[in-house]
Amino acid sequence: MKFDTPATTNPIDQLKVVGVSTSRIDGPLKTTGTAPYAYERHDVVPNQAYGYVVGAGIGKGRIASLSVAAAKAAPGVLAVVTADNAGKLGKGRLNIAKLLGGPEIDHYHQAVALVVAESFEQARAAAQLIRVEYERGEGRFDLAQAKAAMGDAADAKKEDSNVGDFAAAFAAAPVKLDETYRTPDQSHAMMEPHATVAAWEGDRLTVWTSNQMVDWTTGDLARTLGMPKEKVRLISPFVGGGFGGKLFLRADTLLAALGARAAGRPVKVALQRPLMMNNTTHRPATIQRIRIGATADGRITAIAHESWSGNLPDGKPENAVDQTRLLYAGANRLTGNRLAVLDLPEGNAMRAPGEAPGLMALEIAMDEMAERLGLDPVEFRIRNDTQVDPEKPERPFSKRQLVECLRVGAERFGWDKRNPRPGATRDGDWLVGIGMAAAFRNNLLTKSAARVRLDTRGVVTVETDMTDIGTGSYTIIAQTAAEMMGVGLDRVVVRLGDSSFPVSAGSGGQWGANNATAGVYAACVKLREAVAQRLGVNSADAQFADGQVRSGNRSVPLAQAAGGGELSAEDAIEYGDLGKRYQQSTFGGHFVEVAVDAATGETRVRRMLAVCAAGRILNPLSARSQVIGAMTMGVGAALMEELAVDTRSGFFVNHDLAGYEVPVHADIPHQEVIFLDETDPISSPMKAKGVGELGLCGVGAAVANAVYNATGVRVRDYPVTLDKLLDRLPPLA
Amino acid sequence: MRPFSYERARTPADAAAAAARTPGAKFIAGGTNLLDLMKLEIETPPHLIDVNGLSLDTVAPTPDGGLRIGALVRNTDLAADDRVRRDYGLLSRALLAGASGQLRNKATTAGNLLQRTRCPYFYDTAQPCNKRQPGSGCAAIGGFSRQLAVIGGSEACIATHPSDMAVAMRALDATVETVRPDGATRGIPIAEFHRLPGDTPHIETALEPGELITAVTLPKPLGGRHIYRKVRDRASYAFALVAVGAILQPDGSGRVALGGVAHKPWRVEAAEAELPRGAKAAAAALLAGAKPTPENAFKLPLVERTLAAVLAQAKG
Repeated sequence: MKFDTPATTNPIDQLKVVGVSTSRIDGPLKTTGTAPYAYERHDVVPNQAYGYVVGAGIGKGRIASLSVAAAKAAPGVLAVVTADNAGKLGKGRLNIAKLLGGPEIDHYHQAVALVVAESFEQARAAAQLIRVEYERGEGRFDLAQAKAAMGDAADAKKEDSNVGDFAAAFAAAPVKLDETYRTPDQSHAMMEPHATVAAWEGDRLTVWTSNQMVDWTTGDLARTLGMPKEKVRLISPFVGGGFGGKLFLRADTLLAALGARAAGRPVKVALQRPLMMNNTTHRPATIQRIRIGATADGRITAIAHESWSGNLPDGKPENAVDQTRLLYAGANRLTGNRLAVLDLPEGNAMRAPGEAPGLMALEIAMDEMAERLGLDPVEFRIRNDTQVDPEKPERPFSKRQLVECLRVGAERFGWDKRNPRPGATRDGDWLVGIGMAAAFRNNLLTKSAARVRLDTRGVVTVETDMTDIGTGSYTIIAQTAAEMMGVGLDRVVVRLGDSSFPVSAGSGGQWGANNATAGVYAACVKLREAVAQRLGVNSADAQFADGQVRSGNRSVPLAQAAGGGELSAEDAIEYGDLGKRYQQSTFGGHFVEVAVDAATGETRVRRMLAVCAAGRILNPLSARSQVIGAMTMGVGAALMEELAVDTRSGFFVNHDLAGYEVPVHADIPHQEVIFLDETDPISSPMKAKGVGELGLCGVGAAVANAVYNATGVRVRDYPVTLDKLLDRLPPLA
Repeated sequence: MRPFSYERARTPADAAAAAARTPGAKFIAGGTNLLDLMKLEIETPPHLIDVNGLSLDTVAPTPDGGLRIGALVRNTDLAADDRVRRDYGLLSRALLAGASGQLRNKATTAGNLLQRTRCPYFYDTAQPCNKRQPGSGCAAIGGFSRQLAVIGGSEACIATHPSDMAVAMRALDATVETVRPDGATRGIPIAEFHRLPGDTPHIETALEPGELITAVTLPKPLGGRHIYRKVRDRASYAFALVAVGAILQPDGSGRVALGGVAHKPWRVEAAEAELPRGAKAAAAALLAGAKPTPENAFKLPLVERTLAAVLAQAKG
């Protein structure tokens, strides 16, 4: 189905099932521990052996010698895979560094060997017997140093986006800001590690794994192994957290496949927790310079946002400036993402890549600018709203309710009670402050396919390679099919995460919900036509409701359409140029109250509110879960998350969950989420948009702004830890 | 994890004797730290002596009005003991500030004293660490040191002792009771139990090879206000950036021990004379001679400010 004109009224608009808060249909599997996660697929193939990964102990250089003899002779060992014996390997289209290193080492904990043994304990013990001698190379591990080395010449790149004359407008602006902000390297730190069971049957390979993007990863696994994609089957029905860390083929999957080939039997591999921070991908650190010029009454006339981040050669920058091209008005604009080459592990997508770190900087800058203008921060943002793409004013936003989000949020949160004077509100030993930030995340459109089958019992089965990464995909897909086919949720079966199913949008970039359900919608439209044809009614006026198909005075059970044999329909949603003609984005406002211990500088969040305008909310219950989870990630980013770089050896030092702190329950207070009533007919027949990542975008800055309001200390270097506040807190008696 | 042999000891003296028979043998009780380290092969004992069956799991009064805490009393039980809560509130509060409920259910009194440092370089076997591999160097010096020691460190090691409980024990002047392989028993004052790293950071306590902790005794209660203030980046389940354990009397006198600043619970008895003069004077005396790294220099003002808050709380 081609979607190239705005949606009109369609069966989804009935909202009998879609749009209704619905508990996860896979909830009982989760709560009873019977949802099959990759590492626990004992059932799928017998005789599984265990693999254990050895990671490189240097950040850059080469292997001088690698001795596996002792490991091979250890009890239970079946095989040891290294680059020497793995055969010729290609590289995935979406991988930057090789997943099996050697002799060249590109980054710390790059896999250099896999030990396969009868038991996990034997594999782990034998892995310790592998002796690797390295020749250390000169690595570049320090972003600030790399940025300095790039010099000013790199500051005006042709890929920058320039509108109007930023330099002149900024120079002429009566009120201006020029500040630099820093965000650290961060790790996804999901609960379930990367894990795979791999089994060969002749020249065919099956992997049961934990992956967000079934089709990408199937293709990259085939490409890396040099085999036809058709001979690889990838199964990923449940994912215990991904956050962008499982978008790609990673070492667990490749090494399980290689280990299984070497051992001649199925092999399972999970990345050990201490490997996850350095072996896999992470969100790169950024240094961001923001300049804003405004008239005395708070109209932005000039805005510039430049970001520097590092990555391995051939890597991409963190797109931290992209939201600044779209969020606020202003005639003169300059934005650019700059890339320094670093030899740290691969930087890639994590939890709202681009906007999350970008807004952490921009939305502090807006707070600072409002203060310089003597304007309320909410009012300053409202004053600079735009309903069109500021770089291309002929392109309107499909739907933009930023102002409404901010107004509703301010009212519901009690913003008018905020003391604008920083450091002036006290509650016993606590300094109390309130902060806010705008939320913004683009809505991405991607082709997505599904197959829908109707059987003789009237059960509708949906099959698509879409994944559920804890987001609730199973449920919203079931809701979509139930609404379209006029049946209850109990008559719908959803099967996901299998490369033998039609290719979906997958899960990432908050694009999963809208695209995947739109694909199911398309398939259901086709199935309705098939049903109508089978029943001999006109599909245009057939009503699908209550398990019946009605046409005129005639009413027939839906199941009857499958009486002569199961009906099956497959289709995809494909997008025309609506995405070019309209800017599609999601909007919100984050409001946060913090208390900072006046003695120690410890910050504790007291309350949080998110107001989101993100098209139709398909399942308010799971959407709320998404947003409060994202808000929690925002608190982590604001207050504690940081991969500590050892710039001498080139690695992230705090590479486990004791060292890399994420919020615990005690850190998270009452969280409230409001979804504005909105439909966006430009986005898809579902009229929905992404919402999961919107819940994170801006939270970090809202927390930082609240800390400023509480203490009067402006921290521009995340995370906002107590050591950055301490010397400017009020003196103690 | 390397293969190891295993036995269950029947008496404390047997356990100590068994340990002496196998060089490198370790006692195992809760295992919350030892097992993790064995999986990473940071600890590679060839033999484990399980002491869980020894009857060292009771808390009993001593003749001089104190309390004798069996080595195997679990952290959860100790924190909840009525006598501890009434007379040694500092100990109860310190225990509850540590680890998680699950870990406290398993961790023992003796094991808590013997837990190893959490320096991230100690945990990464690809990195040099004098504590893990004597003579290999210290990667933490000049590296990521935000959590590490600001005082009492050496050129060989700047690790911190991670225990909260031990800070309280130090302020309470506990005594560590042991039995040695020859059956002899002794009491080691807590002040002498943990060592500074010097040039032998791998030797962390005064225990001799095979020596087994049987109990920790507390002198009779001191009265006063018992306050344990642990400062950290998140609200729970994190090691202290600094911790202040204090017992403060109405006349302004008192005792203070610090966590998160040194290779052992840090207490300077002479500095306590400064307490009536306030946090600034007392902190300066406590931390005289501190040598922080640029990354952890904030701990010095943080100790002073936290101590000030504790003193204010005691008055309030």
